[in-house]
Amino acid sequence: MKKTKLFAAIGGLGVAVLSVFLIAADHVDAPDVAGQTTDIADLYAFEGDNPNNTVLIATIQGPLSPGDVTNTAMFDEDVVVEFNIDNTGDFKENLVIQAIRRGDSMYFFGPASPGQTGLISEIQTSAPISSVKISTTEETITATNNGMSFFAGPRRDYFYFDFERFNAVTSGMVAPEGFLPAGEATDFFEDLNVLAISVEVPNSMLGTAPPHVGGAVGLDLPPAYNVWVSAKRKQ
Amino acid sequence: MKTIYKSIFIAALAVTTTLTFVQCADDDDNGNALNEPTCDDGMMNADEEGIDCGGLFCEPCAIVLDFSGTYVQEDVMGRPGINTVFGGTGMVKNDFNTTIVSDRMAFQPIFEATMENYFDVYAISLGLDPADVNYETNILGLDAPTFTTVLAQFDALQVAPDGETTYFNPATGAALTGRNLADDVIDISLILIFGGGDLANLNFSDPATGPLLITDGVDAGDRDFTLGFPYMSAVNQ
Repeated sequence: MKKTKLFAAIGGLGVAVLSVFLIAADHVDAPDVAGQTTDIADLYAFEGDNPNNTVLIATIQGPLSPGDVTNTAMFDEDVVVEFNIDNTGDFKENLVIQAIRRGDSMYFFGPASPGQTGLISEIQTSAPISSVKISTTEETITATNNGMSFFAGPRRDYFYFDFERFNAVTSGMVAPEGFLPAGEATDFFEDLNVLAISVEVPNSMLGTAPPHVGGAVGLDLPPAYNVWVSAKRKQ
Repeated sequence: MKTIYKSIFIAALAVTTTLTFVQCADDDDNGNALNEPTCDDGMMNADEEGIDCGGLFCEPCAIVLDFSGTYVQEDVMGRPGINTVFGGTGMVKNDFNTTIVSDRMAFQPIFEATMENYFDVYAISLGLDPADVNYETNILGLDAPTFTTVLAQFDALQVAPDGETTYFNPATGAALTGRNLADDVIDISLILIFGGGDLANLNFSDPATGPLLITDGVDAGDRDFTLGFPYMSAVNQ
C-alpha cells in the first residue's frame, strides 16, 4: 500500500466485512472453549523479584465481571492446568507443572518429566506435590514449598486492549481510521477479573535453556525455554 | 514371695482388662464410651473409618485425594493473541487448540491468508486493489511466510532464565524473552503485523490521513506492577 493511494482513496469508502468477533489475548479464543472452565485467557512468564526465579502465571475463565460472576467463579476439579517447559528446543514439553483443584485447595505437581507429551496427560502424582488454599476475592493466600511459591484465585485482569475497536478494525467497519488515539480508546478489560494460577520456580529446577528459536529465522536472541500453558479435561 | 504374687496378679489383671476392652470395643454396637480410647491404638476398630480416625469419637480421617484418570487438551496458549488474530474461522481455532504444539506446520498458510485478509479489508474499504495492499517485511526482518511460520510452528513464549524477560521492550531492545504483566503485547503485535519495516506500512500518525493500526491507543492504566508474589492485584469490585 502506498500512502498516496491511500490518501487519494479516502472518501470513496466501501465496507468489507469479515465475520470476526474476537476477544484476545486468548480469552474466549475459539467456539469450543468459550465459556468453558478450560478457557485460557493469558499466559505470563517473567523473572521474579528473585532474579534466579521464573514466574509463570496462567489466567483462565476470563473475562469475569466484578461481583457475583467473580465471587462464584471456581476452578474445575476435572481440569488440570499445565505449564509446559521445553528445555531442548523441539517444542515438546520436557517438564510440566500441573495444577488441579481438590476441595478448597489447588494442588501442584512438579516440575517433573511428564509420562507422555502432547494432548493427553496424567497427573504426575509421584512428582513433588505442593498445595495452596484457594484465595477469595477478600483474602489472598500464598504458599511456599521446595523453594517455589504458589497462588490460585481471582485477580484483576492485567490484559489491556481496546478489543471492541479491534473487532471493528478487523472487520473493516472503521476503515480507514483504524484504532482510536490515546484518550479516545477504551480498555475493555480495565474493570474485569480472571482466575489466576501462579507459580514462582527457581530456574535451577527448569534445566538449561536451549538456543533461542529466533535463531532459526536469523534473530540473535539469548537462550530461552519454550513455555506454553494447556488446559486438559478429565475423560 | 508375696510381693511377686502381687505383681503377677496386677500384670494378669492388666492383660485381662486389655483383652476385655478389645473384645468389648466393637461388639455392643451402641457407640458407648468404651470406643473412645481406641483412637490411639494403631488399629482400625470400632466404628473407625481408618486407623485411629473417623467414626463417632476419633478425629476425621485425612482426605484421600484422587488424581487418577487421563486429561485431554481443550485449550492451549503460547504467545498472546495468536489463535484469536490468525485463526480466522471458528473451526481453525478449535483445531489449533487441540493440536500438539510441535506439529502445527499446517496452520502456516492459514495464518498467512488470515493476515492478508486484514490488509484486503482495508484495500476494499478504500477502493483499492487488494493485490496492491499487502503485509510488508516487519521490523524483525521477517517476510509474511517466515513471520507466520514462527507464529504457527513455534507458538510458545520464549523465556530467558538470564537477563531481562519481556515480549518486547523498546527502551532496551530486548525482545521475545518472556512476557511481563506490563508488556503492551497488543501494540507489539500490531507493529509486527501492520508496521512494515519502518512502522509506516499502514500507519499514519494523523488519523485524518490514514489508518492508525500499530497501536490500539490504550495502556495499562492504573494496574499495579510493583507487587510481590503473586504480582497481580486483588479483583476489581
